Amino acid sequence: MKVLQELRAAGRGQDMQAVVEMIPYARFLGIQVDQKGNEITTIMPFKQALVGNVNLPALHGGVIGAFLEMTAVIQLLFDTSCERLPKTIDVSIDYLRSGRPQPTFGRAIVTRHGRRVANVRSEIWQEERSKPIGLSHGHFLLTPI
Amino acid sequence: METPADYLQQIPHAAAVGMTVVRHDEVTCIARVPYAEHLVGDPDTGVLHGGVLTALLDNTCGMAVRAPGHEPGSVAMATLDLRIDYMDSAEPYRDIYAEAVCYKRTRNIAFVRATAYQDTAENPIATCVASFMMNTPNEPRQ
Repeated sequence: MKVLQELRAAGRGQDMQAVVEMIPYARFLGIQVDQKGNEITTIMPFKQALVGNVNLPALHGGVIGAFLEMTAVIQLLFDTSCERLPKTIDVSIDYLRSGRPQPTFGRAIVTRHGRRVANVRSEIWQEERSKPIGLSHGHFLLTPI
Repeated sequence: METPADYLQQIPHAAAVGMTVVRHDEVTCIARVPYAEHLVGDPDTGVLHGGVLTALLDNTCGMAVRAPGHEPGSVAMATLDLRIDYMDSAEPYRDIYAEAVCYKRTRNIAFVRATAYQDTAENPIATCVASFMMNTPNEPRQ
């Protein structure tokens, strides 16, 4: 991604908030990044456009999946020096609890980082970190620089 | 009786991504998301974000579980598990389709597989398997 190359060249390669602001779909979901040292937490404030069930109400399953995937990619970009967006090969999502009309937070861990493929686990939660609403495990193809 | 297309308009996120039903029968559902700038995941190439596919596949699988013409909100269910394999990048500026088949319904769980494509289902950009918990609570929480 051009913006990633520019940020890396300017020594701001780890400014993940700047990266998400350049991705139209991340702006549409309203995803923000909280960065404290080398720890990244993604934040998705609630808005009506994210709802999948109006009766409960609950977040759309696709929104939960997208937020898990975005959290994984942001962590991967932060941990590596790749200048292009990693390509998702596959992702497996567990839905643990329905997402309430509240802000959602996410963390990811790169469990293995090979030359071509990275394995990433993500977890998202709302009020309590110990009660995740969704988990994912994905494989990502790292395109060489 | 409301058509499934109307039903999708009642789901705020489905409406926000422009999702519409193409065809819906007893066990299959085909739905479409038109290409849109706000759904782009890579600004360099204009390719839609994978999350758009996730939302389309999840929703299309859910509709395949329900028979067409059901009362909206009458059958509440929750996605338990969704696994997606991305075979190929979507081409920019083109709509994406998903075709889902519910191949088994039990009292508690429904099993669904789906394919996302741009040309034909024989040339997929992603495939997915999902399971859904049936008859989950559907009342506003306290």
